[in-house]
Amino acid sequence: EKTKDTFFSKISKAVVGKSTVDDDVLDELEEILVTSDVGVATTLKVVERVQKRVARDKYVNTSELNNILREEVQALLEENNSADFQNFNYTDHKPYVIMVVGVNGVGKTTTIGKLAHQLKAAGQKVVIGAADTFRAAAVEQIQLWGRRADVRVVSQGMNADPASVAFDTLQSAVANGEDVAIIDTAGRLHNKVGLMNELSKIKNVMQKVVPGAPHEILLVLDASTGQNAVEQCKQFTQATDVNALALTKLDGTAKGGVVIGISDQFKIPVKYIGVGEKMTDLQLFNKKEFVDSLFGK
Amino acid sequence: MFDNLQDKLEGAFKVLKGQGSITEINVAETMKEIRKALLDADVNYKTAKAFTDEVKQKALGQHVLTAVSPGQLLTKIMNDELTALMGGNVDELNVKANPTVILIAGLNGAGKTTFSGKLALHLKSHKHKKPLLVAGDVYRPAAIDQLEVLAGQVGADVYTNRESTDPVKIALEGIAHGKQNGNNVIIIDTAGRLTLDDALMNEIAEVKQATQPQEVLFVVDAMTGQDAVNTAKAFNDRLDFTGVVLTKLDGDTRGGAALSIKSVVNKPIKFVGTGEKMDALDVFHPDRMASRILGMGDVISLVERA
Ligand SMILES: Nc1nc2c(ncn2[C@@H]2O[C@H](COP(=O)(O)OP(=O)(O)OP(=O)(O)O)[C@@H](O)[C@H]2O)c(=O)[nH]1
Ligand SMILES: Nc1nc2c(ncn2[C@@H]2O[C@H](COP(=O)(O)OP(=O)(O)OP(=O)(O)O)[C@@H](O)[C@H]2O)c(=O)[nH]1
Ligand SMILES: [Mg+2]
Ligand SMILES: [Mg+2]
Repeated sequence: EKTKDTFFSKISKAVVGKSTVDDDVLDELEEILVTSDVGVATTLKVVERVQKRVARDKYVNTSELNNILREEVQALLEENNSADFQNFNYTDHKPYVIMVVGVNGVGKTTTIGKLAHQLKAAGQKVVIGAADTFRAAAVEQIQLWGRRADVRVVSQGMNADPASVAFDTLQSAVANGEDVAIIDTAGRLHNKVGLMNELSKIKNVMQKVVPGAPHEILLVLDASTGQNAVEQCKQFTQATDVNALALTKLDGTAKGGVVIGISDQFKIPVKYIGVGEKMTDLQLFNKKEFVDSLFGK
Repeated sequence: MFDNLQDKLEGAFKVLKGQGSITEINVAETMKEIRKALLDADVNYKTAKAFTDEVKQKALGQHVLTAVSPGQLLTKIMNDELTALMGGNVDELNVKANPTVILIAGLNGAGKTTFSGKLALHLKSHKHKKPLLVAGDVYRPAAIDQLEVLAGQVGADVYTNRESTDPVKIALEGIAHGKQNGNNVIIIDTAGRLTLDDALMNEIAEVKQATQPQEVLFVVDAMTGQDAVNTAKAFNDRLDFTGVVLTKLDGDTRGGAALSIKSVVNKPIKFVGTGEKMDALDVFHPDRMASRILGMGDVISLVERA
């Protein structure tokens, strides 16, 4: 059976035959973190903390070292100061407006389909706005998700103005008394100024219908992305005040270690994780479970 | 990030500046910074280590002529080495057979369907072919519609079978249809899949077995991190692919995954995607990729100022 290579199995290899945590072992820890996309700067920070803790001790065995590393990674995530979200209920605003953004192909549309399903299951009335009017068959894709999740989709077809679709969606959400409105947007690379400005425009238009909207600007990150995810986070935050992250495709071999580096640099909570292509494959992010899965319990 | 790298290398090169030959001591610090830069560019950990060791060996003991500084010499060695690693010359697609079958494979969202459309356009306008696009993704919502729209945009034929959920059957039907229709290249789009999914990995191996393609192209997102080596290896183990397509290079990623993939599977990178539009496709240039990964623009200007 194929399983992910866990930190634990790697640490075991690193300390075999060693009596103390020497430079070689620390190098191995560095490798374990870097090869999980944690990033050089954050890796050095974690390794330094581990080094401080073990310097006093003479002998550290595999499971002790594993626990120390786990505690330090967990501590780093905790320093982000954000509590994990506990449920799919959003009752502080009506309609609660979620705008979903991110680079191409990360899983925005799929995440929206799954989220709509979860919200519905939690008893919320949901509407989706098909504001990706650019990518081939993007409207058909989100409409299919709407049918699967049995929620209403507002669209104006391809090549329509995305801001106008968002406006329409919120207006009808208000009229229909819907609890949550989720806006899909076209994938865009964060270095394209024109496309990033378009996001601000979509956002501003929504505030005309629902003051304070969007309440949640969700940046979707692909777990297999490397250090570029940091730049994505920076640029999307500058353009739209991202306040939640979703990490997708965690069902693969990529572990999404880049969010450890991201949480070290940005105070944006990871809210959802995607663990498959099915409608039920969305979970709320839990720091402890995330670290457990890195370390393999 | 770039400024940071520049600062660090600036410091590292100062150690080298004005010294007569490259020694173990004066090269160590520079190599450390370069290794960090490679890791920040998402080059695989082991690949980065092997690369800096190699460069160090080549550099050690080299006498520095009056005309160049040690930094310049090191930069040249590094650039040459990386360009060589990325694969010497541009590797053309083999489209001699009639019909030529091309199978497209890769992770979810990598850019397979978009690339399929781009490739059809490329073969049409540059190779005077009559391509057929086959819609072999039976899973992703609206995947068939997406390929149809793209086929329409590039003016290529498309084969779909909305009744079937069997990619092997659809691929074979597509080839038969293409032969009848006079298509000399048949491009089979497939669903995105993760390498841990045995059922889906078996399925694409079966599509390959049944269709006997001349080219199997592995499409991979240039922003991929350290996992690129595992993914490329897993796809190569099952499909023995003939080439790699690197997408989304219009972003600002340094694209170190390209080097990692090359070093782990040693297959040529044949195309790069540089945008969402159908004409945003380039052939691969190893030298450009090498300088992109190294942030070489920075390094060269840095050395020139030294
Ligand atoms: N295995 C797996 N696949 C996923 C997950 N989330 C999304 N995908 C797949 O990733 C691919 C891209 O997903 P989309 O939802 O279309 O991505 P997007 O960000 O909306 O893409 P664009 O709108 O083109 O930018 C599809 O094949 C999805 O099925 C996940 O958590 N696990
Ligand atoms: N900027 C940019 N976007 C690209 C490029 N290639 C593909 N894309 C975008 O990436 C997203 C995903 O592309 P698709 O072609 O749907 O990817 P796929 O691999 O077929 O996805 P699945 O079939 O769901 O696995 C879309 O938004 C494309 O427009 C590229 O070279 N540059
Ligand atoms: Mg989408
Ligand atoms: Mg596709």
